[in-house]
Amino acid sequence: MSAAPRSPGRLARLLDSDIAYSFLHSPVALPSALVALLCIGGALLAPWIAPHDPFDLAGLNLLDAFTPPVFMPEGRLGFLLGTDDQGRDLLSTIMHGARISLLVGFSAVLFAMTLGVAIGLLAGYVGGSLDAVLMRIADIKLTFPTILIALLIDGVVRAALPRELHDRVALPVVIFSIGFANWVQFARTVRGSTLVEKNKEYVQAARVIGLHPLRIMASHVLPNVLGPVLVIATLNLGFAILAEATLSFLGVGVPPTQPSLGTLIRIGNDFLFSGEWWITVFPGLALVTMVLSINLLGDWLRDALNPKLR
Amino acid sequence: MFIYILSRIGQAVPVILTVTFIAFAMFAYVGDPVTIMLGQDYTEEQRQALIEALGLDQPFFVQYARFVANAVRGEFGLSYRLGRPVLSLIAERLPATLELSLVAAALALLVGVPMGVFTGLYRESWLSRAFLVFSLVGVSLPTFLIGILLILVFAVILGWLPSFGRGEVVVFGWWSTGLLTASGLKALILPSITLGLFQMTLIMRLVRAEMLEVLRTDYIKFARARGLSNRAVHFGHALKNTLVPVITITGLQLGAIVAFAIVTETVFQWPGMGLLFIQSVGYADIPVMSAYLMLIALMFVSINLIVDLLYYAVDPRLRVDRGRLGRTGV
Repeated sequence: MSAAPRSPGRLARLLDSDIAYSFLHSPVALPSALVALLCIGGALLAPWIAPHDPFDLAGLNLLDAFTPPVFMPEGRLGFLLGTDDQGRDLLSTIMHGARISLLVGFSAVLFAMTLGVAIGLLAGYVGGSLDAVLMRIADIKLTFPTILIALLIDGVVRAALPRELHDRVALPVVIFSIGFANWVQFARTVRGSTLVEKNKEYVQAARVIGLHPLRIMASHVLPNVLGPVLVIATLNLGFAILAEATLSFLGVGVPPTQPSLGTLIRIGNDFLFSGEWWITVFPGLALVTMVLSINLLGDWLRDALNPKLR
Repeated sequence: MFIYILSRIGQAVPVILTVTFIAFAMFAYVGDPVTIMLGQDYTEEQRQALIEALGLDQPFFVQYARFVANAVRGEFGLSYRLGRPVLSLIAERLPATLELSLVAAALALLVGVPMGVFTGLYRESWLSRAFLVFSLVGVSLPTFLIGILLILVFAVILGWLPSFGRGEVVVFGWWSTGLLTASGLKALILPSITLGLFQMTLIMRLVRAEMLEVLRTDYIKFARARGLSNRAVHFGHALKNTLVPVITITGLQLGAIVAFAIVTETVFQWPGMGLLFIQSVGYADIPVMSAYLMLIALMFVSINLIVDLLYYAVDPRLRVDRGRLGRTGV
């Protein structure tokens, strides 16, 4: 947005921009980006680089159950972080679990973003009573904490559908409930910037040549209000991952056949008292590392894109 | 003042109506209450009798009006899971949740405000930096994980504190309290820290930001110029003026605390409303869910209302503005 149009190639221009400068000179941005990349990479590539396949029942051996991590006296080299109650390698289950957590987190944010941006654009551009009604709904939604809304949606779906069907749609339901609980922030931001943009000359020009309002919203206003949306999306990603983990911990999130980090922590919680602390602590540590690095990155992005702080 | 209160109440009514409507829709259309309440064996006459008794043959709005009227009287029907009136189930568990939430809120305030003042006054000291790092970690740690880690350290490894339940409680009429027995107090420590930690870091950051803002203003410079002691300047002038947003946020967060008590109560098996709710979600116990939803909505709306009124009482500027608005008839 701030790079001046000059002759050199794209990469050179990117490296010359304010964002790149801020990124390379911030004490937080580069390390947290590396950690986040490591977490995301490890999670995405889990089926290929994980040392074991935790869902391959033939490869499991109950005799391996409750092996402590490798740095403890009874630890074994094959299981770096130890094993759980069924003899699954913890590192591998964590990598696969992080995959589910990220999948839900990304999809939920994408859903919230689409819904919120659409509502915000409509409310801001059309205005009038539609705006009043939509923002009133947003206010009512804001009255309730996210986790409560997500729990309610999940509970209602659980009641409405038979059990077998419910397990199959559990993942989309979790994505929907977390996404639905988070659209308001996007909608409010987009509405605010749309109100500013819609009185500018280029929008008036588009209106004068007789373009359909939907076309104006989608291809003229939208690109100009997306900047802050990306920042909110990053900050929301960490939050969505935590929300999913909390739901799964409460036992109403993703189905047990596809354990996320929250599910792993819940399973491990049962063994806390018998001394097998690693089954809980390592998934928890992975969750916190991932969320913390994403949050730090989001904080940095917000400050870097804020012209007031420059 | 009167008009202000009226307009705030006017804003609260649609919220409550919407929530009762959602609760009713859940109650009436999700699952089939008749089949669930009748169980396995029933005749067609029994079925018809129950439908009539529940008023399910009535038109939609009659049913809705009846639902609201019943809710106002405190009749939320029978729990599908436990077969007992929902109201008594909730009433039994309300004290546990309220006690936990209030202690957590008090803890967040009593620790968060001094930490915020300190980090605001001594920005460069290492302790301030440590507090800030601590707050960042506090925001990134999910509530349930904090609870698990506290249990691991203080209950499993050190064995100092109990890891579940409320300990011994003393019962006064319909209220039961764990605040009067040693075991009750001990049982309260870990859950209230778990629940209050996030709010604590939030309040700390808020007070710090407000302090930094206020300390730059002219009246603080004037107070120093008058030769007032640091103590008088910091606490009498600066802190006092940071309190308005702190009241607002704490008030609004009280609602969030009650909601997040669901998670804390699950971790510590605390016998409160949240645990009841989560068990109901698992069993699709709609009457309990819709009653809980309405109760929480009522609580949230009243908290918002009280915060607005407090705001009005604390900030004289607001009073003047509103008064003017009132007189010009806007």
